Amino acid sequence: MTTAANATVARDPHYNFGYLDESTKRMLRRALLKAVAIPGYQVPFGSREMPLPYGWGTGGIQVTAALIGHDDVLKVIDQGSDDTTNAINIRRFFARVAGVQTTERTAQATIVQTRHRIPETPLSAGQIMVFQVPIPEPLRWLEPSERETRTMHALAEYGAMHVKLYEDIARHGHIATTYDYPVIVNGRYMMRPSPIPKFDNPKLDRSPALMLFGAGREKRVYAVPPYTRVKSLDFEDHPFTVEKWDGCCAQCGATDSYLDEIITDDAGGCMFVCSDTEYCATRQATKEKA
Amino acid sequence: MNGPTNGALLSVRHLTRTWDGIHGCRDVSFDLYPGEVLCVVGESGSGKSTLLQAVSMQAAPQSGSIYYDLREQGMVDLATLSSARLRLLARTDWGFVRQHARDGLRMQVSAGANIAERLMAVGERHYGELRQAAGDWLHKMEIDRGRLDDAPEAFSGGMQQRLQIARNLVTHPRLVFMDEPTASLDVSVQARLLDLLRGLVSDLGLAAIIVTHDLAVARLLAHRTLVMQGGRVVESGLTDQILDDPQHPYTQLLVSSILQA
Repeated sequence: MTTAANATVARDPHYNFGYLDESTKRMLRRALLKAVAIPGYQVPFGSREMPLPYGWGTGGIQVTAALIGHDDVLKVIDQGSDDTTNAINIRRFFARVAGVQTTERTAQATIVQTRHRIPETPLSAGQIMVFQVPIPEPLRWLEPSERETRTMHALAEYGAMHVKLYEDIARHGHIATTYDYPVIVNGRYMMRPSPIPKFDNPKLDRSPALMLFGAGREKRVYAVPPYTRVKSLDFEDHPFTVEKWDGCCAQCGATDSYLDEIITDDAGGCMFVCSDTEYCATRQATKEKA
Repeated sequence: MNGPTNGALLSVRHLTRTWDGIHGCRDVSFDLYPGEVLCVVGESGSGKSTLLQAVSMQAAPQSGSIYYDLREQGMVDLATLSSARLRLLARTDWGFVRQHARDGLRMQVSAGANIAERLMAVGERHYGELRQAAGDWLHKMEIDRGRLDDAPEAFSGGMQQRLQIARNLVTHPRLVFMDEPTASLDVSVQARLLDLLRGLVSDLGLAAIIVTHDLAVARLLAHRTLVMQGGRVVESGLTDQILDDPQHPYTQLLVSSILQA
């Protein structure tokens, strides 16, 4: 695995702790405090140029940079995996500019930066999830004008959002939106939970961990504080449901995790494995011991 | 300050709204009663559309007042309402039919979703019932229920216009604003739409303000007509009276130009 690669990275003293300068971090922390105070509300912030392209997690990386301290333990996942290019590089980045300890163990981490997934291992109080968000505005597809969407948020005019769900049922017979599934936070603001699968939406609801969302290109942060109600939109006769699979994970046998389809050959062969690699590896290890 | 208590649904008093100090409408007053259809006729640039936008508070009036008979409060000056309340009013008790159906429709979603949108916006959350309501309205608009899941793009111009009307009427508004609803349709389709509108207005007891440059629309639909020229109302009265016995020179010109055609 990649722990060896991490170990070779030393703290680079040429960079300020956490890469960003202190005043930028303070500005971000102010924005984050406001975001936590108004759950689900998008707070604008001055997004900085980061040493990675937009769409690779510039929002998440700035939020992490503003939060991280010497004692933090950082985990970075991309599509549930700890060892993809994006995850490895962001982890190495923080090892280099902050010298913090990194980990793949969800339970050990104090900050988990993520793209697309919430770990299967339940989060605990004191942990912080940082999401990389491409488009923070849930109403954008409905209404191109920023002025209008802000007015809609201000007046909680969210009824038209159900048009999307109606259209799904009319076309597919069920709600076919599978990721970035819109939610109402604390009974007030509509929020886009970034491109996590709807499988992970229930994990947002009343989570003991703090959830922070950063959109670098769109210059917005928003938050779900611990133990906050997060309700996924649905119809009375078409309630919200999560994805289900017929089988279990081919490697660890888990039936309760989000499964990825892996193509194994050119002859149509495939298997389903856990998308959360750390969860899968831990289950396999405990199985071998037993 | 309370508005006039004469049983009107809408009272407009000395309404002025100009875009540049010159173009727009000036010092317009009229009453609209429940179930009444008012046509505003006049040439291009006479301020008809501006009047419609000002009365519906889409463009803020510069002077004058507009009173509307709210279901729960009675006559109120619209300028005193919060923007939230106005938006709710516009979504539920009013309808807006635009000249080009694609301006008033959501073209990327199905006909059913277009009709049901307002119901969802006011809190209806039962898919089956939404669908039923959308189907009923499609049927009322003389469109086959089987087209519920078709995109508006697949509809003809006349059907799109009817769909737009259904989308507005689904919350049972009491007042509908129409800006040249038939202008972009060909003559036979116009006739059919006008026929349908006439039926709807009398069945549902709708009040409507229809802006048009087509005197035939006024003749067929309107109880009363306002004639506008240069931003002012030059003549108003019962439609038949205005069309059969025009008093103002401009109205005489308008009416005679139709007869000659």
